[in-house]
Amino acid sequence: MSDYWALALDVLSVVLLTSGGAFVLIGGIGALRLPNLYTRMHAASLTDSMATLLIFAGIMLQAGLSLATIKLCAIMLFLLLTGPTASYALANAALLSGLEPETIGEEDDAE
Amino acid sequence: MIVMFAVFLLSLLVITALAIVQTRNLFVAVMLTSIFSLLMAANFFILDAADVALTEAAVGAGVTTVIFLAALALTGERERPRRAGIIGPLVVVVSTTLVLLYATFDKPRLGDPLAPVHTHVAPWYLEKTPELIEIPNVVTAILGSFRAYDTLGEVFVVFAACIGVLFVLGAGSKAPAAIDGSERDSLGLRHHLIPQVVGRLLIPFIVLFGLYVQFHGEYGPGGGFQAGAIIATGVILYALIEGEKAALRAIPRGALLGLVAGGAMLYGLVGLAGILMGGNFLDYSVLMEDPVKGQQYGIILIEAGVGMAVCGSLLTIFHAFAAREGS
Amino acid sequence: MYYVVSIAILVTMALALIRAVRGPSVYDRVLAANMFGTKTVLLLSVVAFLFGRPDFLDLALAYALINLVGILAVLEFFQNRVPTVAPTGTGEGDNSV
Repeated sequence: MSDYWALALDVLSVVLLTSGGAFVLIGGIGALRLPNLYTRMHAASLTDSMATLLIFAGIMLQAGLSLATIKLCAIMLFLLLTGPTASYALANAALLSGLEPETIGEEDDAE
Repeated sequence: MIVMFAVFLLSLLVITALAIVQTRNLFVAVMLTSIFSLLMAANFFILDAADVALTEAAVGAGVTTVIFLAALALTGERERPRRAGIIGPLVVVVSTTLVLLYATFDKPRLGDPLAPVHTHVAPWYLEKTPELIEIPNVVTAILGSFRAYDTLGEVFVVFAACIGVLFVLGAGSKAPAAIDGSERDSLGLRHHLIPQVVGRLLIPFIVLFGLYVQFHGEYGPGGGFQAGAIIATGVILYALIEGEKAALRAIPRGALLGLVAGGAMLYGLVGLAGILMGGNFLDYSVLMEDPVKGQQYGIILIEAGVGMAVCGSLLTIFHAFAAREGS
Repeated sequence: MYYVVSIAILVTMALALIRAVRGPSVYDRVLAANMFGTKTVLLLSVVAFLFGRPDFLDLALAYALINLVGILAVLEFFQNRVPTVAPTGTGEGDNSV
């Protein structure tokens, strides 16, 4: 029974780690191919938070209950807290220095 | 597999270096330099050198980037156009590179068990550390006790660097007045709410983690250099959020200079205490009745001295640059 | 199992580096540097478990805390400049405060 439990944990953490890796790759490809600074920022920051959650959840399942899990939880919390703040700071700095986001035109009713 | 990771990271390093050299915008060069530091930290980590990786990440990608940006805010962004010729420097660089490459042919392979460092030096340290000092982290034992003279020299180099910067930029307690005489330059990020809230949440954790790294250096990666850099980062975060004048009120310049000089002096005094108690200079075994406890006690004291000196000098250099903004 | 994730993170670090080298404006490069920082923290955590040395997690924790300070420094030191023409290319704008 505990064998099945360990197998289930392994499978779950492989799934979490692989999807976290996929999000990381999506973020990288998005930062490379999207046309504008602000769109690239979307790709980088959204996938960053998602990948952080998935990858650290996957590793924590492998680490069990130990000091390493508490450290991993702390790292995850700090990354989730500082990632969006960094995006805010960067977007603000870019806007204040005159880099305008590209809009479609005068009349853009469609969202 | 790990070798492939290391090779991949090293080739990224070469690409970054080429990009730094060929750009003309110094802001771009500073950002690429912080990427370079992170790549070096990852490389050190892959080579299993955790203390060095921690120092490189804390100092290179953290504090150095901020100090470069503070300096760039005072000067311009564009590099001055080149006036001298290119043939002379090119010849010197190419010939030095060829000589260095020729010298690496004589080096033993990485990780070769028959290399002299692995047959004479490393086993001696690995054998003597549990016997004489009894701490798990052999790097700290070598840095703090077996090669303590070298570390004393490093602390005095940091001290000299701090004094050098103060000579060039001025330690003046009067900051130059702003152009229109207003307090514009000291607001910091106060009117941005999000960085202020998040920064205030993070500062106690950063300082606490710095103290953890300082005192945990004997059991895991850590020590005085890393801790000094991390605590300096915490104070710099406070200076960025609340403005540089608030940070100077919190920890005044006199206290910072006292930290720098005090740290270096503490190290020297521990060495002198060794002489006064009957041993050699920097011999910690005579500090207490039990030589092993004496070694551990000595290492704690000198790591504290190193941490104080590094923290004080990084903050002094930061304030020397940031206080001139607005002139 | 950890190898796949490490390879994905390494490839993304290379992509971020390409953005840092190519990116037309300076803020693209700052974005790439920030991305590189968070990917380094992820790589350090995953490889620490790959090596089986969980006491190397201190490095990831240190860097997760320090990463923010660089970006806030960019905002702080460059927010008070007179907004120039959008900083494109290799930085044509002049720093005239």
